[in-house]
Amino acid sequence: MFHYKSLAELSSALHAKQVSSIELTEAFLGRIERFKQLNAFITVDRERALAQARVADKRISEGKAGPLTGIPVAHKDIFCTDGMLTTCASKILSNFVAPYDATIIARFKEAGAVILGKTNMDEFAMGSSNENSYFGPVKNPWDQAAVPGGSSGGSAAAVAGGLAPAATGTDTGGSIRQPAAFCGITGLKPSYGRVSRYGMVAFASSLDQGGTLVRCAEDAACILNVMAGFDRRDSTSVDLPVPDYTQTLGHDLKGLRVGLPKEFFGEGLNTEVGQAIEQAIAEYKKLGVEVIDVDMPNCNLAVPCYYVLAPAEASSNLARYDGVRYGYRASAYTDLLDMYKKTRSQGFGAEVKRRILIGTYALSAGYYDAYYLKALKLRRLIAEDFKRAFERCDVIAGPTAPTTAFRLGAKVDDPVAMYLNDIYTIPVNLAGLPGMSIPAGFDGTGHPIGLQLIGQYFKEPRLLNVAHRYQQVTDWHNKIPKGFE
Amino acid sequence: MSLSRTDVEKIAHLARLEINEQEAQTFADSLSQILSLIEQMNAVDTTGVTPMAHPREAALRLREDKVTEGDERSKFQQIAPAAEAGLYLVPKVIE
Repeated sequence: MFHYKSLAELSSALHAKQVSSIELTEAFLGRIERFKQLNAFITVDRERALAQARVADKRISEGKAGPLTGIPVAHKDIFCTDGMLTTCASKILSNFVAPYDATIIARFKEAGAVILGKTNMDEFAMGSSNENSYFGPVKNPWDQAAVPGGSSGGSAAAVAGGLAPAATGTDTGGSIRQPAAFCGITGLKPSYGRVSRYGMVAFASSLDQGGTLVRCAEDAACILNVMAGFDRRDSTSVDLPVPDYTQTLGHDLKGLRVGLPKEFFGEGLNTEVGQAIEQAIAEYKKLGVEVIDVDMPNCNLAVPCYYVLAPAEASSNLARYDGVRYGYRASAYTDLLDMYKKTRSQGFGAEVKRRILIGTYALSAGYYDAYYLKALKLRRLIAEDFKRAFERCDVIAGPTAPTTAFRLGAKVDDPVAMYLNDIYTIPVNLAGLPGMSIPAGFDGTGHPIGLQLIGQYFKEPRLLNVAHRYQQVTDWHNKIPKGFE
Repeated sequence: MSLSRTDVEKIAHLARLEINEQEAQTFADSLSQILSLIEQMNAVDTTGVTPMAHPREAALRLREDKVTEGDERSKFQQIAPAAEAGLYLVPKVIE
């Protein structure tokens, strides 16, 4: 059985001809069908996947293969995929067949990876529970009455349930790390600018960053090797060399300084989550790291700051959905203005409308200084908190989310309670730093707990190294949900 | 700060969203809650702080002014709700 093997193991098996890409792809397609009730996928194109697997098998037999050739990967339905539906889990894009590939998709294709399908998500990546999808909620493989987290909930559930060996995701305020924590897997959000945003449907452009949801840090390194790199088509892409992220995973952690922000362990943190994080820190001490306390006095205001900036950028980005050039158009209307209004009202879900409204309000005449400008200043103070902390430590650690996965429906009527899920992940996006979530235990009800690690700008090698060393001495990341063995 | 139903209707018009009376009330309630969350920002004195719009503050790259993409109009218009003779069709705007 191959469904819980690491990417390195799958690659060796493919190269040793123990399995073909066709067989591997068939096996994962079979599991997607078998566990359909998770609702992890929006689109699965069996014929296309098998055709790509056939090409990959040929490449392998010709000796032209790379580490990801022939490996099936699931993509969040936010990445434009040439000739395939790209819905962003919205009715307004429910008929949108992308006419081009996102740079990320093109890079995976070039590497010879197989596109297994497009995963479910919160509409336009706005949500923390995957309950805002036009295509219905995703279920958490650990407890099908619980949410998988969001917005990359389909990707997280697919990897946790062994429906895909790896998946892509995007993270604007925690949308990779929080679902990774809720589903007991490893999630990596790279530094802002490390991974191209070209062809990734925009939510909040100064915060959005593509990344990956996988089973372990080593797999995250393999995937980042393919995803990272300069792209002239993304004006904020950073032209820095891309190291081989797998080469530094095993480095010794002796003398490494890990900072614990006391603000991440205060009121609102679930006791069991807090205890698991303390145990993880104790494990790190055994590995020779030095643990110090750091202060992040402005981070408790990251959520209010984010709920001005992200909706402001979203209200502007989502103005493009007008029913003229692509996507859904209302069927009955009187004039142009009515067409815009009817198309957008019928096409967007409630949470997306709510955020467009907040953003429009925050940017409107008379309120700009009080909200938008104030939030930009606070963003600076939060980024400076990190800067000061990183003068004293190499990596920051804490919980990924204040609680474990909650019940489906528990927070749908209380947007503010839902937003507070991302209290520990949002500061990282505001500063643009790289962050990870790795499995660090379970609560009393068997829901996974995630440890968040935050690195310095473009120090993904160090971050992955710190995650990998923990996974060498613990086995939380190897746990499999009951019924998915 | 709390928003009234009329406030929400005005904002919705600016955002080109059509909402009925009941939705306007629901949004007025939830947006007011969100605004009180947002107003926690006022607890911090930000006098003299330079706003930070972006994590990467380097100036945007410039490139040579030359054509780099081909003409793909017909491909892109295939997915338009209504297009004809290379044009996107919308309801009449000029009488």
